[in-house]
Order: sequence, then C-alpha cells, then structure tokens
Amino acid sequence: MSSWRRSFESICLSFGAILLGLLLFGLFCAAVGQNPFAVYGSVWKSAFGSWQTFQNTLIRAAPLMLTSLCTALPARLGLVIIGNEGALVLGGLGTISVGLVIGTALPPVLAQIVMALAGMVAGGLWIMAAGALKHYRAVNETISSLLLNYVAIALLNHLVGGPMRDPSSLNKPSTFPLPEAIMLGNMPGTRVHWGLLYGIVACAIAYVLIQRTTFGFAARTAGGNIRAARIAGLPVGKLTLIVCFLAGSCAGLAGMIEVAAVQGSANESLNVGYGYGGILVAFAARHNPLAAILMSLLVGGILASGGILQRAHNLPDATVLVFEGIVFLVVLFSDSLYGKIPFFKEKPLWVNPPAPPSSPGQEPVVMS
Amino acid sequence: MKLVEEANVPETTAVSESMRSMIDIDGAIALFPTSFGYFDPHILKMAAEYPDVQFFHAGGLYQEGKTPKNVASYFGYIDESQYVAGIVAGLTSKTGKLGFVGAKPIPQVLRNINAFTMGARSVKPTITTQVIFTGNWAEPIKEAEATNSMADQGIDVVTCHVDSPKVVMETAEKRGIYTSGYHADQSALAPKGYLTGAEWDWTNIYSQLAEELRTGKKVSDGTIPHILRGALKEGFCKISPYGPAVSAEAKKAADDAKAKLIDGSLVIYQGELKDNQGKVVIPAGQALKQTDPKLETMDYLVDGVLGSIGS
Repeated sequence: MSSWRRSFESICLSFGAILLGLLLFGLFCAAVGQNPFAVYGSVWKSAFGSWQTFQNTLIRAAPLMLTSLCTALPARLGLVIIGNEGALVLGGLGTISVGLVIGTALPPVLAQIVMALAGMVAGGLWIMAAGALKHYRAVNETISSLLLNYVAIALLNHLVGGPMRDPSSLNKPSTFPLPEAIMLGNMPGTRVHWGLLYGIVACAIAYVLIQRTTFGFAARTAGGNIRAARIAGLPVGKLTLIVCFLAGSCAGLAGMIEVAAVQGSANESLNVGYGYGGILVAFAARHNPLAAILMSLLVGGILASGGILQRAHNLPDATVLVFEGIVFLVVLFSDSLYGKIPFFKEKPLWVNPPAPPSSPGQEPVVMS
Repeated sequence: MKLVEEANVPETTAVSESMRSMIDIDGAIALFPTSFGYFDPHILKMAAEYPDVQFFHAGGLYQEGKTPKNVASYFGYIDESQYVAGIVAGLTSKTGKLGFVGAKPIPQVLRNINAFTMGARSVKPTITTQVIFTGNWAEPIKEAEATNSMADQGIDVVTCHVDSPKVVMETAEKRGIYTSGYHADQSALAPKGYLTGAEWDWTNIYSQLAEELRTGKKVSDGTIPHILRGALKEGFCKISPYGPAVSAEAKKAADDAKAKLIDGSLVIYQGELKDNQGKVVIPAGQALKQTDPKLETMDYLVDGVLGSIGS
C-alpha cells in the first residue's frame, strides 16, 4: 500500500493553495499601500489568535458546515445542487411555524428537537423536489435548485410581511418571536451557540454515511457511473431522493439554528448568504464532509478578520471578499493539479517479467 | 476622541461580533450600530452584556423598563422634508401625476409616501402619486423598471425611498422627467430634472452626542435622553437646494411651508384624513404631532396615493 502519497498529495495541495492565496492577498495589500505582514498578523490575531477571538470564527463557521453538506452530499451522487440558501430559508420557516405552535407546551429540549426536525423536513423536502425533478423529469438540478432559492426567498418575504407578521415588528417585518425558554443557548463557558456542535456532528455523520456504509458506496457508485449503477441493480431514483433529502435537511437545520439560536424569529436576516457560502466550502473541501469542517473554519476565520481589516488597516469593507475570492480561486485551481505532480504519483508495482529462457552460452552470471 | 468604523456588516451574529470586538479590542465606550435589524436581538443582547458601554441606535424603539438602560435611539422625521419636496413637485408637475419608488411597505416608507403626497395635494388637490414597491432595499433593476413604467404612464416627477436613489434619479433624467431626491443631494446625477430632495443631516446629532460623551454624560445614568428625535427645526433633516426647473412660485410655497413646519404652526397629519380605500384614519379635529407613537405604526396610504401595501 502506498496510499500515503495520495493523502500527502491532498494535504500538500490544500495547504499549498492556501499559502499561495495568502501570498497573493499580501500582494494585494501591498498594492493598496498596507504592510502585508502587519495584515497577516491582524488576520491571525482576530481569527485564531486567542480563545476570545477564535470563538468569533467558530460562530461564523457553524452555519457553513451545515449548508456545505447541501452541496457536498449530492455531489457524491454526481449532482450539482446549489439550492442551499432556499433550503436554509425553508428550514427557518418550518422551525418558526412549529416553534410558535408548540410555544412553551413542551419541555425546552423536546421543543428544540421537534423544531430541529421541522426545519430538517422542510429543507429536506425542498431539495428533494429538485432531486425528483431531476430523476423523473430530467430537469437540470443545478438550475432548478438555484431557481428554488428565489421561490423560497419570495415565500419568506411574503409570509413574514403578511400572514405570519408580528404587527409590533414595525420597520423590519418579522414573525412573532419564539418564547425565550425554547431558544437554543450557548455551549457552557462560551458564547458559541449549540449550532456548532450540530454542524460538526452532521459533518461526521455525513462522512461515515458516504465513506463507510453500503448506502454511501451505492451513492458513490451511482455518482461514478450511473449506467453501471443501473446495470448493477442499484435503485438510482431512490438514492437520488434520499441523498437530496438529507442534503436539504442539513441546510434546513442551519435555518433552524439561525432562527432558534440567533434571531429568535424569522425575517429577512435569514437570507444573508450562508447558503452561498456553503457552496464555496463544499467545492473547496472537494465534497469531503470532514474537510468541510476545516474549510468552514477557514472561511469563518477570514470573515471574522473582516472587521479588523477595516478598523486597524483602513482597508475597504470589500477587502474581506477579495481575500475570500483569492483563496477560493487558488484552492479550486489546485484541484486541477491532482495527479499532475510526478512526486505524488503512485509508484507502479514493478513486477519483473519472468526471465526469458536462457540460450546456450549466455547463462546469466550469478554473483554471490 | 477616536472613531473606528466597519461597513457592510450583516444583521446576524456578525454584528454582535463586530460590536464585541470594537469594545474589547478597540476599547469603544459608545457604539452607533445604525442598520435597523441590528436592534433586536443583537444590540439588546450586547447592551445587557456590556452595561458600561453606551449604545445608540438609529430608529429603534426604546421602551422604558424593557430596553436596557444604556440604549438610546435617535432618528429624524424626514417626512417633513418630503412634505416640502411634495409641494415643489406638485407645483412643477404638468401632468398632475407623481411617482414614488418604495422598497417595502413599512411605516418609515409609508410616512414618506404619504407626506410627499399630502404636500403635493396641499397645493393642487387633484394630484395623485403612483407608488411601486420593489420589495427590497437594493433592487436596481426593478427600480429602473419602475421608473421607466412611471415615465410611460405620463408621470413627470419621481422620488423614492430605497437604499440608493442613484438608479431612479439617472433613469428619470434619461427619460426627461423631473426628480426629487432622497437621503442626500442627488442633483449631480440629474442636473436638469432635479427639483429638490429630502435629505438627512446627521452632522448635528452626531456632533452633539460626541460632545456630550466627551463631557462624561451617559445614557445609562439618564444624562443623555433615551429617545432623540427631530426634524427640520432640530436639523435632523433638510431639503436640497432647488434645481433650475423650480419656479419662483414653487420656491416661495415650499419656503413658507418649511417655515410653518419649523415654528410648529403646520402639522402634517391632521383630521380628517382618509386612506386611499376611503376609510378615515385620523378623525376630524385630531392632529398627530410628529412625535406621536401612532405614526410609527402607520399602515395605510393616504387618499391620492395609487397603489396598495399588499399582503
């Protein structure tokens, strides 16, 4: 076995890409008249430097872990789903509808579980619809899931501005707020909400499901070659629907967390781009759920440093987007280098061909 | 006194983290988080956690006994400027049709639409204002479409309440119709058609607060009031300098109304006022001053406005 070269290849390429991204960002900073090393220092300090500031990174990373799964899971089945934002919004709506009905009738833990399930089912069905359109009607899943985002956001605006509006929310229409008692709190000793744990657990489960179970194997097979999978008798349709449901339910859970841990009600702040951020994370993590955790932390860290770039270095507010853009471009570019660098090539297992029958007078000289 | 700032912060945990970092890292003693969605829950939570830091929010509603003591809210009644701009628009329009591009049917926007319309109708009672809501604060394409369709309908003065009036102003200028600005002076964008505009003037309130903070006054101990409101008189808002198309008559009428609003002899919202469905919203004999909390919950379009707040 020489698969260490493969693992080493992904580690080198990922970290190399991030380093190159940092270098390019440093050039950008230098071009706008800032000392790149001072900027690196600030970014490090504000994103990972101390436990105080690292919590900021964790808070921002939590929703990204969940929304990235909405793209990463179907990708293993060969589907490019980008309906993360819509599924998140639907999850938030599902959560608030159920949460308001439950109120304080159930004990908080039970209420939270029911709300989480509601968010997951709502988000799951939303993406499953895109999967069903793909499987039964051959509608391109990328376009349909993208368009479903707009439908979801319009639905949110309609419900929040109309039927579900709390009349006392004047200039920012919102639904009625959840009772404080059933809100998700922070993890003990931190200011990070429980959503982070949900995200890590979801990524871990997704990893095991895809890499270590027959179900995951079937999904990967169908993703590799759908005709071969059909010939092998795999239920491709069922796989598509289930994987899409699971994907949507992860984004839906992110919506649940935004409502139940952060906003306390559903309003337009649900739709601030966590879904689109998740797409980036999924691609940068090469659709590996465990790598998605790390990538989410990286993006969370970049976002967390946005403030200090503006305040300490007088860089414009778009700087953090430039930073994010550069890093992702390089990471995605590094994807094209897999298998191109000789050092990482698996050494072919060289089997010496059997020696030709020796002809008289040319017997090999055996050294001893 | 030192100022640190951050722009483009979303209304999520990001804003809490920005506030926290300004307090912990930069040592901020007073914060001005301005976006409306920052107030609930983000400012309320942070204010409870940092009782020694003063929080000033633009537009939020301070409620005695409910909102933390170290929170204050400041905002201006810019509908007074809109009323004056409406008079100018009414006297300049030839077709008697005005247009208003609004983001969302929320009280702050409705107040502007209504005041603009009532200003125009105070000088020419047959005038109508067509309103189009784009649904969101920054929808440049819809804003351009709305402005174009207004021009097609024979509307000859448009104004707006969206994040950036640029698209509306430039589109209207291109179509050769008049414009009335919002937020700031946009005469440079529409040099020919710009009449006037309702402008914010934050310099007064901010320098006043900065001075008070410097002398050690605080919201938390009540030496700075929790609710700071003002309009033309207090210098929270103003109107843009008149453009070339404004007649002397219109200038005079507008200046008169402005003077009356400043000395308090003119109240915009007084009975009997009907909405555009014919329902009486303010009964005869009643006058709602700008500070009246009833106005902050406005949910109607007055008579003369064409359109509906939907849903």
